[in-house]
Amino acid sequence: MARLRCARLWTWVDPLAGAADTAHATLNRVVRDSHGRLLAALIASLRDFQLAEDSMQDALASALVHWRRSGVPANPAGWLLQTARRKAIDRLRRSQNFNSKSAQYTLLLKLDQLDVAEAAQQEIPDERLRLIFTCCHPALDPKTRIALTLRTLGGLTTAEIARAFLDSEPAMAQRLVRARHKIAKSGVPFRVPEDAEWAERLNSVLSVIYLIFNEGYAATQGERQIRVDLCEEAIFLARLIAKLRPDQPEVEGLLALVVMIHARRHARAQADGALIPLEDQDRAAWDQPLIAQGIGLVEQALRRGPLGPYQIQAAIQAVHSEAQTFEATRWDEILGLYGLLLRFDGSAIVKLNRCVALSYVAGPDAALAASQDLHPELADYQPFHAARAAFYHRAKLYAEALQSYDRAIELCENRSAAGFLEKKRCGTKKEAEHLLGL
Amino acid sequence: MKYLALIYSAPGSNPAYGTPEFAASMEEWNKLNQTYIDAGVMVAGDALQDVATATSIRIRDGKTETMDGPFAETKEQLGGYYLLDCADLDEALKYAAMIPVARYGTVEVRPIMDLG
Repeated sequence: MARLRCARLWTWVDPLAGAADTAHATLNRVVRDSHGRLLAALIASLRDFQLAEDSMQDALASALVHWRRSGVPANPAGWLLQTARRKAIDRLRRSQNFNSKSAQYTLLLKLDQLDVAEAAQQEIPDERLRLIFTCCHPALDPKTRIALTLRTLGGLTTAEIARAFLDSEPAMAQRLVRARHKIAKSGVPFRVPEDAEWAERLNSVLSVIYLIFNEGYAATQGERQIRVDLCEEAIFLARLIAKLRPDQPEVEGLLALVVMIHARRHARAQADGALIPLEDQDRAAWDQPLIAQGIGLVEQALRRGPLGPYQIQAAIQAVHSEAQTFEATRWDEILGLYGLLLRFDGSAIVKLNRCVALSYVAGPDAALAASQDLHPELADYQPFHAARAAFYHRAKLYAEALQSYDRAIELCENRSAAGFLEKKRCGTKKEAEHLLGL
Repeated sequence: MKYLALIYSAPGSNPAYGTPEFAASMEEWNKLNQTYIDAGVMVAGDALQDVATATSIRIRDGKTETMDGPFAETKEQLGGYYLLDCADLDEALKYAAMIPVARYGTVEVRPIMDLG
């Protein structure tokens, strides 16, 4: 994570800078640690997303010049905040519809009377929780919420976000500008939601983070080198919310869920990027400290209650994580947990996952029967056909297994997943030929 | 901030005049108006005559063209509006969600441009 975030600023600020440049190195560190915090503090006083963003960019550029010339200040983050405020004053003065009586301007002038050294002593107020809820507001479309969260809280550049979503940079830049415009013009509030809206709005935040994680998870099978590690970003964001609101079981549940999946990152892919399924993974390559952290979190969340879908999914991952071998997996526990999850999320995909657990508890025939009804809804869902193929194979219904593999391969959008299924299909074919004496 | 809540629904989806459902819905609208007034957010609100009464005009090359019908033929049609004065979008959405049509039609919330 640290390495990644540094690399980000090296390319952004000044590609010619040398590695021994302390001003540059400090700026990297401050941006890495404090980008979200600084921007949130700026937005809190400016009430203007775009102005805050622009002033922050001005301050970063100016930091590089000043720090190289006069040395790094004692409190670099405080210096950046105060400088960004001054840049905002300049921008407001230059703006066409400048009104010297505007509340924004008056507040800024007051803040500007603090001298930089004095300001640098002040603790930067942590307004990031408000910022997260603003970025994940349901008035923005889901993809915009993700992009804005990564840009604002994660400090990713527009180019990096565009690459992560395989979009062009101008299109992503425009999306971000439109989002800030909508927030300003339609009065999206900069505050933590009230109790009545809390559950729904928190859910919007958690789903943004989980989508970022899943995007990263899917990308690791493809062109990893050119994409930012979104899994790390999602974990960073989940940790941040868990820190800002330490009493929320679903936040702990989400954090536990993502760290336990992430703990298998080294065991999940072959050198060529091909996917290794849970049953074939080298469990010695799992990141045990991260797993222990995940299990600790989910236990803490479950004790705290009330129960929610992220906690249940984390509990399922905990059961997988605790199994020494694939054969030792407590599928009965997992089956029970999926039953519980269905109460929160009755979607066909959760039902399908439950069928996989059922196949190890009650056998492949039971799973085939239970998954039959899902066909109309999941007819074009690749994992449905892959799961059915495996059930057929284990039930020794080879012709049906091959057919299901064919359909699954047809639906693949990703070459490494297709390669994986082709290998499975080949194994089924060989076994069939051997057994049937063909 | 002022917000315009534009109320859209498909023709025929509102309760028909003279039915018990109609009476109940009128009751609901009256209650809603009172809620808005009590909360101090009500600026204005009206129902529109049905879309068959709409006339659209535009001026092209200095010539006024008058057309029978709405600006756009859509399945859900504009049937009324509220103008609400709220602190922010969250508050506006909270009040807009109380409009009965939200249950079967759509309510679009748009901030009024502040030129002051």
